[in-house]
Amino acid sequence: MVIEIEKPSSVRLSKVAISKTHGEDSPYFAGWKAYDENPYDEVHNQSGVIQMGLAENQVSFDLLEKYLEEHHEASSWGKGAPGFRENALFQDYHGLKSFRQAMANFMEQIRGGKVKFDPDRIVLTAGATAANELLTFILADPGDALLVPTPYYPGFDRDLRWRTGVKIVPIHCNSSNNFQITPQALEAAYQSAESMDLKVRGILITNPSNPLGSTIQSSILNDILDFVVHKNIHLVSDEIYSGSTFSPSEFVSIAEILRNRNYKDAERVHIVYSLSKDLGLPGFRVGTIYSYNDDVVTTARRMSSFTLISSQTQHLLACMLSNHEFTQNYIKTNRERLNKRYDMIIQGLKKAGIECLKGNAGLFCWMNLSPLLNEPTRQGELELWNIILNQVKLNISPGSSCHCSEPGWFRVCFANMSEQTLRVALQRIHKFMEQRKVCSVNR
Amino acid sequence: MTQTRYYRTRSPEPEKEKTGGGGGTAMRVIVPLQGVVQGRGGLVLGSIIPCALFYFLQFYLKRNRDDPDDKNESNSTGQNPTTRSPSSEHLTELPGLTRSLSRALLSPRNSGPVSISARVSGIVKGGDSPYYMGLKRVKEDPYDELDNPNGVIQLGLAENKLSLDLVKDWLAENAREAILGNGKELSISGIAPYQPFDGLMEFKVAVAGFMSQVMENAVSFNPSQIVLTAGATPAIEILSFCLADTGNAFLVPTPYYPGFDRDVKWRTGVEIIHVPCRSADNFHLSIAALDRSFNQAKKRGLKVRGVIISNPSNPAGNLLNRETLYSLLDFAREKNIHIISNEILAGSTLGNEEFVSMAEIVDQEDTDRKRVHIVYGLSKDLSLPGFRVGVIYTFNEDVLAAARKLSRFSATSAPTQCLLISMLSDTKFVRTFITTNWERLQRMYVQLVAGLEKMGIKSIKSSGGFYCWADMSGFISSYSEKGEVELWDKLLNIGKVNVTPGSCCHCIEPGWFRFCFATLTEKDIPIVMERIQKVLKPVN
Repeated sequence: MVIEIEKPSSVRLSKVAISKTHGEDSPYFAGWKAYDENPYDEVHNQSGVIQMGLAENQVSFDLLEKYLEEHHEASSWGKGAPGFRENALFQDYHGLKSFRQAMANFMEQIRGGKVKFDPDRIVLTAGATAANELLTFILADPGDALLVPTPYYPGFDRDLRWRTGVKIVPIHCNSSNNFQITPQALEAAYQSAESMDLKVRGILITNPSNPLGSTIQSSILNDILDFVVHKNIHLVSDEIYSGSTFSPSEFVSIAEILRNRNYKDAERVHIVYSLSKDLGLPGFRVGTIYSYNDDVVTTARRMSSFTLISSQTQHLLACMLSNHEFTQNYIKTNRERLNKRYDMIIQGLKKAGIECLKGNAGLFCWMNLSPLLNEPTRQGELELWNIILNQVKLNISPGSSCHCSEPGWFRVCFANMSEQTLRVALQRIHKFMEQRKVCSVNR
Repeated sequence: MTQTRYYRTRSPEPEKEKTGGGGGTAMRVIVPLQGVVQGRGGLVLGSIIPCALFYFLQFYLKRNRDDPDDKNESNSTGQNPTTRSPSSEHLTELPGLTRSLSRALLSPRNSGPVSISARVSGIVKGGDSPYYMGLKRVKEDPYDELDNPNGVIQLGLAENKLSLDLVKDWLAENAREAILGNGKELSISGIAPYQPFDGLMEFKVAVAGFMSQVMENAVSFNPSQIVLTAGATPAIEILSFCLADTGNAFLVPTPYYPGFDRDVKWRTGVEIIHVPCRSADNFHLSIAALDRSFNQAKKRGLKVRGVIISNPSNPAGNLLNRETLYSLLDFAREKNIHIISNEILAGSTLGNEEFVSMAEIVDQEDTDRKRVHIVYGLSKDLSLPGFRVGVIYTFNEDVLAAARKLSRFSATSAPTQCLLISMLSDTKFVRTFITTNWERLQRMYVQLVAGLEKMGIKSIKSSGGFYCWADMSGFISSYSEKGEVELWDKLLNIGKVNVTPGSCCHCIEPGWFRFCFATLTEKDIPIVMERIQKVLKPVN
C-alpha cells in the first residue's frame, strides 16, 4: 500500500514581499557584492576592488570629531543627565523643537540666507529614503505616476515604487545640452504617461542632480514650476546635495524660485533634505520633508510614526547644528574639500583621455566612456562595466542603472575614500586606458 | 508588600492538545449574544443575510456617490468610523482607504487646489479618536505635582516611567564612551557611514541576549533572524506588507491596541477582522471565536492571511498559556496562515503566571516555524520609546529577506545602536533593571487595583503589561458606546484624568476602560482616585 505523504503547504508571502521592484538585482547593486567580497584596503588588500559606487562623504569627518571632542553635552546629557528622562521617553512625531529649529537654520545657511525656513513645516524621517517614499504615499495613489528626469538615482525605482504601487515615467534628457531638462521633454513625458492611461501626480527632481553632479539652472527651475502649475501637479525637489555644491553661488533652491514669486503656487512644492551627504552622517538616519502645503505637513507628520528619528540622535544633532560657528566653518570647509577632490579626479581622468560632464556639486562625477564601447548599446555598456569591475577592479555605476538614454556614461564617486586611494584608482584607470590604446594600435 | 513572583522552575515540554473540530460547533451555541443567530442553520443565515444586505448597501452607495474630495467618511467631531466602529462579528472594518479611491477618479483634473492621494485624504479631514484626543489634552495641560497640580494626569499612554532612573544613572556614567568609543578611541567614523539597514550585527547580538533575559532564559534568540526597525510600529507595518496583499485581512482578537488600526491597515490597504473576546472569558482568546471569524470571512470572499496576537495582551493584560499557543499554531497550520506574536511587553510581567513566547512553542515544532513572526522592542521593557528600537524576529527566510530590504525605510540610528550595545552588554545592569522593574510594576499595579476596587470598580486580573482593564459599565449613563464616551469625556475634562475607553480598543462590551499605571508615582494614586470619585455617579 502506498502511503501518500502530504507535503505541508508552505505559507505564502505577499506580492510586495516577493516582487523585484526593490531593484536590488541590478548591476548597481551587483557591483557592491564584488566589492564586499574583495574590498580594497590601503594596507591589507591593495589589489582589492575600490568602491566608487557609493555616494558617501568622508572628507570632513575630522571636523565632526573635533566638535564632539569639544562638546561633551551633545553625546551625553550632561552631568547627572538632566535632560535624559524627557529625551528617552520622547516619541512625539513633531520631533524635538530644538532640532527642527537647528535643521531650519542649517538649511538656510546652506542657501546663503537667501530664503527662510519655518521649523513647523519640517517633518522628520529616518533618512531621505523614507522621506521620498512618504511623499509618494501622500501625493499619489497606487497606479498613478511620477515624472522623473533621467538619468536618476537608481534607488528611486525602489523608494518611489515598491510599497507605494506608484509608477515612474522618465523625462528623457541627453548629452546634446548637458542633460538639462527642457519644456519639450517635460511635455513628452506627460503625454507618454497619458498614453499609458497613467494619472501624473507630480514631478520629482534632484537638485543638485545625482548622478550628473551639477545644479539645475534658475531658468529651468522656473520652467518646471510653470509646468507643474499648468498641469496642476506637485513638485518634489530632492535637495540632498545642496550643501555639497563647490561654490555657494551656483546652487539655486526651488525655495528661492518660490520666494521670487512671492510664494504663489507654493502649496504644490515639497523639499526633501537629509544629513547623509552634506554632513556625512548616513548612519544616523536623518531626513526631512519641508512642505509649503499644510495638509501634506499634517499627514506626513502622522505618517512619520513609521520612521521616527531616535530622540538621542536628535538631541546630539540639535546641539551640533545650533552651533553657528561650527556650521559656518563646516559648510565652507566641506565645499572646499569636495571641490579639491573633484578637480583631482577630473584632472586625473583627463590625463587618461576621459571626458566628464562639467559638474559643480555632489560626491561624484559623470564620466563619458562611450568612445570605448564595442557597440553603442546597453549591452555594450554592461560589458565595459564588467571589465572595469573585474579587471580594473573599480566599482563604478553604469548609466543604464540610472536609466540614462545614452549608453556609455558612468557615475564615479570620489568622496568616500582617502586621497591616496583616489590616486590609486586614477592610476588604475590610466593604466587601463594605456592598455586599450596599445591594443587598438596593434590591431 | 510584594506577592511571591511566579518564576519558571522547569524546562518547557511540548504539551500539545489538539482542539477537536467537533467541539467547535457545540461551543458556538453556548456563547451569549450570538444566541440569536448561532446554531447550525442560524449560523449560515445569520452570516449570509447581513452580508448580502451589506453588499447591496455598498453597491448602492458607490453608484450614488458623487461628492468631491471635501466630504469624507469621517467628520471632525471624533466620529471616525475606522477607529470607533462598534465591534460586531458580522461587519468587517471598512477600509476607508479603498472606498475613497473611487473618489479620486471623480475629482476633475486641472481645477481647484492640487490634490493629495485618496489614500490619505481621509486622514487629513477626519477627526481624532478619543485615544489621540486624550493624549493631546495631556500634552497641553500636563499634571505636575508642583508646577501644575490641576493638570491632566496621564493614564492613557503606555510608557514605563517607573524604572527610568536606573537607565538614566547608567547613561550618566557611560553614555559618551558608549556612543563614540566603546572602549576604543573616540571616533565618528564608526557610526557615521552607511550601516546595514537592518541593524549592526553587534547590536542584534545584544538585543537577542536581552530578549532571552527578559523571558527568563526559557528560549534563546538567533541574532541572524533579527531585523531591527525604528520602533515596533514599523515592525508591525513591515510584517503586514510582507504577509498580506491589499484587500487581504488579519484576524485580531479584541480588545486590541488602538495603534494597530494605523500600523496594520493604513498604507498597506490590509484589513483587520475583529475577533471579540468577552468578559465572561476574562477576555481570553478563544480558538473557536477565531475559527468562526475565519469562516465568516471566507464566506464573504475575504482572504485571511494571519492572526495577530499580543502576549501579554493590551489592554486586558492576559498571558496566553502554553495550551492556547499550541492550539493557535494548530489553527494557523490548518488554515495555512501566519501568526504575528506581538511580545513587546514580555519583560513587563506581573509575576502571577509564566510568560511563554511563541518562539518557545516553535522551538520544538520544526515544521510550522515559517508561519511564526515575533515583534519586540525596547520601548516598553527598557523604557526607551524615544530611541526607536523595534525587532522583527522570524524563522521564515523569505520574510527575513524582504523585511531586511524594507527596513531601509525605518532604520535605527547608528549612534543609538552603539549606545545600547554597551548598555545591553552590561548583563549585571540588565539583570538588576529587569528584577527591579518587575517589583515596581507589581507594586504600582496592586495599589491602583486596590484604589479602584474601593470605588466599586472591578478589573480583570492582569498578568502583564502596564494596564488595569477595568469595568466601569455600572457608571455609564447608557450601556452603549455613547455612554462610555460620555464618561471618558467627563473623566478627562472634569476629573482631569486621561484614560482609554474600551471602544478605542474595539471592545465589544461597553463600559470597559484602560488605566495605564506605569506613568504614575505612588503619590499620584490617591489623587487619581479622588478625581475619579468626583466624577462618578452610579447609574441606577
